[in-house]
Amino acid sequence: MSPLQLRTYLRTMVIALVAILFMLGLPTLAAALDIKDLIAGLAEQDPNPAIEALAAADNPKAKAALQALAAGNLYRRLADGAVIIGEKDGEMYVVTNATTGDIEDMAKEAELEVIVVDAAAKALLAGAGTGTPIGDSGPPDFASAVKALNADSFAEKGKAIERLTALADSRAVRVLEALTEGRLFIRKSDGTTVIGDRSGNDVRLTLATTLEPAGIVAPAEVEPVVINNNLRNNIREAVGRLGLLVADASQRRHAADALIGAATPETIGLLRDAFAKETDAGVKSVMALALAAAAVVDGDKAARLAAVAVLSGSTDLRVRSLLQSRAAAESDLEVKAAVVAAFNSVQRNLVFIGYAANLFQGISLGSVLLLAAIGLSITFGVMGVINMAHGEMIMLGAYSAFVVQQIFRSVLPAAMFDYYLLFAVPVGFLAAGAVGVALERGVIRFLYSRPLETLLATWGISLVLQQAVRSVFGAPNKEVANPSWMTGGFEPIGGFTVTWNRLVIIVFCFIVLGALALLQRRTPFGLHMRAVAQNREMASVMGIAATRVDALTFGLGSGIAGVAGVALSQIGNVSPNLGTIYIVDSFMVVVFGGVGNLMGTFIGAMTLGIVNKFLEPYAGAVLGKIAILVAIILFIQKRPRGLFALKGRAAEA
Amino acid sequence: MGKLARTMGMMCVAGVAAASAADAQAQGTIKVGVLHSLSGTMAISETTLKDTVLMMVDDINKKGGLLGKKVEAVVVDPASNWPLFAEKARELIAKEKVDVVFGCWTSVSRKSVLPVFEELNGLLFYPVQYEGEESSRNVFYTGAAPNQQAIPAVEYLMGKEGGEVKRWVLAGTDYVYPRTTNKILEAFLKAKGVKAEDIMINYTPFGHSDWQTIVADIKKFASAGKKTAVVSTINGDANVPFYKELSNAGIKASDIPVVAFSVGEEELAGIDTSNLVGHLAAWNYFESVKNPTNDTFIKQWKTFIKNPKRVTNDPMEATYIGFKMWAQAVAQAGTTNIDAVRQAMYGQKVTAPSGFVSVMNTNHHLSKPVYIGEIRPDGQFNVVWKTKGPIKADAWSKFIPESAKLTADWTFPWVCGNCSEPKFKSLSN
Repeated sequence: MSPLQLRTYLRTMVIALVAILFMLGLPTLAAALDIKDLIAGLAEQDPNPAIEALAAADNPKAKAALQALAAGNLYRRLADGAVIIGEKDGEMYVVTNATTGDIEDMAKEAELEVIVVDAAAKALLAGAGTGTPIGDSGPPDFASAVKALNADSFAEKGKAIERLTALADSRAVRVLEALTEGRLFIRKSDGTTVIGDRSGNDVRLTLATTLEPAGIVAPAEVEPVVINNNLRNNIREAVGRLGLLVADASQRRHAADALIGAATPETIGLLRDAFAKETDAGVKSVMALALAAAAVVDGDKAARLAAVAVLSGSTDLRVRSLLQSRAAAESDLEVKAAVVAAFNSVQRNLVFIGYAANLFQGISLGSVLLLAAIGLSITFGVMGVINMAHGEMIMLGAYSAFVVQQIFRSVLPAAMFDYYLLFAVPVGFLAAGAVGVALERGVIRFLYSRPLETLLATWGISLVLQQAVRSVFGAPNKEVANPSWMTGGFEPIGGFTVTWNRLVIIVFCFIVLGALALLQRRTPFGLHMRAVAQNREMASVMGIAATRVDALTFGLGSGIAGVAGVALSQIGNVSPNLGTIYIVDSFMVVVFGGVGNLMGTFIGAMTLGIVNKFLEPYAGAVLGKIAILVAIILFIQKRPRGLFALKGRAAEA
Repeated sequence: MGKLARTMGMMCVAGVAAASAADAQAQGTIKVGVLHSLSGTMAISETTLKDTVLMMVDDINKKGGLLGKKVEAVVVDPASNWPLFAEKARELIAKEKVDVVFGCWTSVSRKSVLPVFEELNGLLFYPVQYEGEESSRNVFYTGAAPNQQAIPAVEYLMGKEGGEVKRWVLAGTDYVYPRTTNKILEAFLKAKGVKAEDIMINYTPFGHSDWQTIVADIKKFASAGKKTAVVSTINGDANVPFYKELSNAGIKASDIPVVAFSVGEEELAGIDTSNLVGHLAAWNYFESVKNPTNDTFIKQWKTFIKNPKRVTNDPMEATYIGFKMWAQAVAQAGTTNIDAVRQAMYGQKVTAPSGFVSVMNTNHHLSKPVYIGEIRPDGQFNVVWKTKGPIKADAWSKFIPESAKLTADWTFPWVCGNCSEPKFKSLSN
């Protein structure tokens, strides 16, 4: 035990001792320290002293024993005289040792003798509050409320949450947040309530009552405190109420936002006070909206009209449905007309936002398609190799991201974890690129003039690579986490969420595209690459090592596929089948955009992405996809060389 | 005399030969076919079940085998290719002459092998939760039927603890299991008074990866002021991008809970679940359930697979139950003869890792408990609700009018998987 732990432990013990001393008074001190003796005392002729002492002790076993006694479930086992709690299960009784709390075994009725109590003892038991759940007894202090969070039923947990919020203790917010996020645990060794945060493969503990660190343990050492969504909502409301008055503006904004259309009479009062004191304009407008949403329901006529005016400028989906329901429920004709007008204006704004959202989603899908296809546009477009193993290069990139992530998790400090993706990008490029070069040197160069054989060979290689990855990493999906800067999203305007991971991928895709264009146009290697692609013999005659350029070009295409894999690991699966998802889409983009043309690939990917996203709300995902495929087939009939066909002599090479 | 001696000698030789032949028979093996995809899309889920069967075989051999013989697993790879499932099933039964087959995951693969098993009178144990509406004489279904998973989950969400959900999104992958389940659920919801406008049904292709539009639609649908929940029958690889999009779009479980029927511990292993805490799944088993049988099961699995990080899940538990029941039925029948084993299966009991005793009913389905679990940050589930005891599976749903009339019962006088009246009249009059 580290000195720090020892100190915490000692302090807790001293506090507990003092508390018990205080409650019991000195005379019963000796008895109070030994719960075991007290519980055994319940079976004696006069159980009252034991009941009194147990009721005063804040001990779960004592409470359980008293509750069992009150309910008539406390028994004496005839065989050894031990006091046990018996629960009837069919013909038999499940025996729980009252002093240890362990379930021991089953017993027949004849082996047990129920402990009966007289009227005086019953009065004492009632006074000890044993008829009611654990959470309601004892002084309303923070520690006992935290302890009660681990009660047996959700109803009792709910009461404990109410007690915690009623205390308005700043620590309560942290404990409740941990509870909602599933980070509140019971330490198995001593039953204390702790907050646990992941730290590598272990869990870092913080005492819930004092918020002091309590060491790092293996996950098996702690047991989660179970909660359900209903309680989560209660907690959120409660924390929201507390949140209106905190110092941090974004938290206030969040709290006010949660109250739009959900304010109760008591929160309206709080909201008004907060609104009057608010200095931040952004937060104030959200609060105004929440107030208006409340006023439009039960204000007087003038207030309702004013509220409608405020609401009509909103683009919040909750406001729209509120206005819709008011339009039906409103009795005053003038207000009703205003509500309908406001609803229409909100609706118009929302339609507009819907288009904006579709556009963003389309660009995002386009960027994913583009990333998947850029590598192919080089290997297929520039070199003319029908590379069916292209998808597997993407997969290799995604697995590189996984490996880098695992290394970061196990070797480097947790603070560094957010940067793992930056390292994964070059690793993914090199890994997939190396495999690409090996593939070109080992197989493809022998098949340059035979497209059908290339297709079959690369398809076979794709199966080999899939099974190889399955053998090394196993068939199940691998978890690749979003770094914190790619998690979540924001709402630029109400009803339209932009998620960070997609935004980052869009930007990243443009960077890759730009870098590749520069490489092709501004470097000697790019020049050689284009030269070999246009006319291999002529390029060789001019002194370009065509075979070396072939290998490097193929490596470049594969490497870029690997980079795409790193990016795609952030939005999808990392599994051996990852490649098969993208291979069809990649070919579709390259063929549609025009073979051998970076710009064509870009325009093709974006067009497909955006058209798909505008089609999907009407046609559904299944029909939308079919429609796109049919459209491309028709398009290729008309223009076999795609959108941007190469012209002139280059096209014939 | 010489003739007699020669005859006696021949008889002795024949006797020895016969004895040694019988000996070879006794030393022969009992063959168990394993028909799970080891490559292709479904390999992700099915490989684990192949390993589970191998673990059970290994276990039974360590304990001395079955009927005094060793049990031998015959593993084939139908490669996530539905017609290939039928071919491989034929190969197992006709060529390898296996005594039983454990296999299939998707309903389409089961439907593909069904005629083969019925034609050759094979025996299949199918370990995955499915849409019901089936009871074959040659199949034992050890996964959940809709009334053991989908219906209780929806009832939970309708109740007070689940948040009194009034509006429903039924989202699924476009194939037979989600479509049938959603048909049953829609009928059930309407029977409970939910209006058609409060139900949104959405299908996506296998492996769908761009969920932006659908997640935005769910958000829009949920903004109508009534508590909304998503019932997900999304299968396989599409789940990871779906959950990633959900969590990044800021949809919290307390706003719009998603209850999934095909997402278990194994699927969550591929997702960072810290933002998904509170979303739900309904199964008959969770790894986090505490009881001695489950502790042993988990330990056995981790030792067998030699990886302490591997998880257990519901279909694995169903495989475990199926294998144990089959072994018990073989021991009881004293033979691996399919018809004898089938008769011995009825009423067979196994203490399952779920903590309850599972019983095989005469409709070829199990009685199992139902658990509703909440996703934890570590990818496991906390049980937030469970049935008091095991629930008997309905092979035919009560909520689809045509099915409600049908009975599955393979004992006298019914002896039928889909009849509206018994095959035999009572013999007493």
